[in-house]
Amino acid sequence: MATQALQSAIYELADALDVNELYQQKGWTDGLPIVPPTEERVREFLDAAGLAPLDTIGVESVRQRPISAEKAAINAVMAGCLPDYMPVVVSVLRAMCVAEYNVHGSTASTGGSAPFIVVNGPVRTALGMNATHGVLGNGNRANATIGRAIRLVLINVLGCIPGQIDRSTLGHPGKFTFCLAEDEEDSPWIPLAQERGVPAGASAVTVMAAEAPRQVMNEWTHDPEEIAETFAAEIRHNMLTYSIWAGNYALIISKQLRDLFVAAGWHKHDIREYVYRSARVLRRDWATVGKGNIVARGGGPDQEFTALRSPDDLLVIAAGGPAGGFAAVVPPWYGAKGLAVTQAIHPVQGDQ
Amino acid sequence: MSIRVLDPTVDTAPAKAGTTTTLTSLAGRTIGLLDNGKINVRPLLDHMEMVLRSQYGVHDVVRLRKPDFSRPAPAPVLAAMQGCDAVISAVGD
Repeated sequence: MATQALQSAIYELADALDVNELYQQKGWTDGLPIVPPTEERVREFLDAAGLAPLDTIGVESVRQRPISAEKAAINAVMAGCLPDYMPVVVSVLRAMCVAEYNVHGSTASTGGSAPFIVVNGPVRTALGMNATHGVLGNGNRANATIGRAIRLVLINVLGCIPGQIDRSTLGHPGKFTFCLAEDEEDSPWIPLAQERGVPAGASAVTVMAAEAPRQVMNEWTHDPEEIAETFAAEIRHNMLTYSIWAGNYALIISKQLRDLFVAAGWHKHDIREYVYRSARVLRRDWATVGKGNIVARGGGPDQEFTALRSPDDLLVIAAGGPAGGFAAVVPPWYGAKGLAVTQAIHPVQGDQ
Repeated sequence: MSIRVLDPTVDTAPAKAGTTTTLTSLAGRTIGLLDNGKINVRPLLDHMEMVLRSQYGVHDVVRLRKPDFSRPAPAPVLAAMQGCDAVISAVGD
C-alpha cells in the first residue's frame, strides 16, 4: 500500500513562501496561506488513515467526480491538519458523498451553505478538539483545520470555486471552517452520534449543509419550556426570513442552559419534542416580515409549516463555554433537500 | 535546497462532448420544456409553450418535470427527452 506511487503533478519551488504564492495565484486555496503539501507529508496522512493514494473515498454523484485519498490528503496537509486528523477528514468526505447529503446541490446553490461538522467519541480528546469556550470560533487547530480541509477539497477536487460551481450569493464565514466537538464529558445527555445509531464509545462525524449559526440568549428564566421557546422562536424567524422548508436544524446548547435543562429533568428528546411542537408558522406570518405577497399562494393564509418533519430532525449538541445563557440555532441549507449524515470513523488512533 | 509539492486539483474540465446540429427552424419540431422545480418555472414555461405553438409552428411541445432541481433528471425524464428535437433544460430563479 505504501509503495503505490502518488499520481499528482509535482512542482519544484524555492521554499514554502513560494509554494504559498503559487497556490494562491492558481486559486488553490480559500484565500488563507497553506502548508506545502510535500510527498513525504502526504504519505504520512495516507498512512494515518490506512489508505493508498488511488483509493476512492467517495464520488460526488451528480458530476461523477471521485475524491481520491491522495487528493484528500494533499488538501488536508494544505489546510494545516496533523496526520492523525486524516481519518476524521475522510469520514466527513464519506458522509458528504452519501446521496441524502446532496453535496452538489448544497455546494452549488445560491443559498451559500457550508458543511457543518460535529465530532463525537474518543477521537475528540485524542485530537485535542475544542467543545467548550468559543466552540464556534477560532483557537483550536483540529476544529479549524478539519473544517478547512473539507473546504479545500471542495475547491480543488470538486471545483467549488465561488462564481464557478459554487454559486453562493453571499456564503457565510463557516465556509472557511465549521467544525466542533460535542462536550460529552460535561453533559449527562446521550452524544449526538450515539443518538443517530453509532455504538457508545465509538467515534463518528455528523455533517449537514448548513447556513450561518444564529446565536440566542435567555438568562431570565430557569423554566426549561421558556428556554426551549427561545430556541423555537429563532427557528420560526429563520423559517420566515430565510427558508420555510422543514429539515434538519442543529441546536448547540452551552453549559449554563444545559444545567437548567438537566436540573429540570429534561433530556435531548424533551427539547426535540418541545421544538417540534412550537417551531411552526402559518403562511400568514410571512406578512410580518415583508413577504405578504406570497401569503395567498399555496394552501392559503392558514397553511401551517413545521420546521422539523419529526422531532428527530433536530440535532441537539452539548457544546460551548461554561458561562452565559447562550445557544445557537444552525439552520439547514434548504429544508430536506440536504440531510444530516452520520458516519463512524475507522480506523482511529486512540480508539483502540 | 528546493521544495517539491503536489498539485491539489483534479482536471475539472468537462469531458469532450459533441454538439448536435443546430436547428435552423422550429417549424414542425418537437420541443421539450423541462420544469426543473424552480419556484417560478411553470408560468415561464407556460408562456414559452404558448409562444412556440402560436408563433413558431412547432409540431409539439413536451412538458417534462424534474422532482428536484439540485439532482439529475431521473431516467424516465431523460428517456422522454429522447423524442424531442430540442430541450430547454434549465431555468434559473
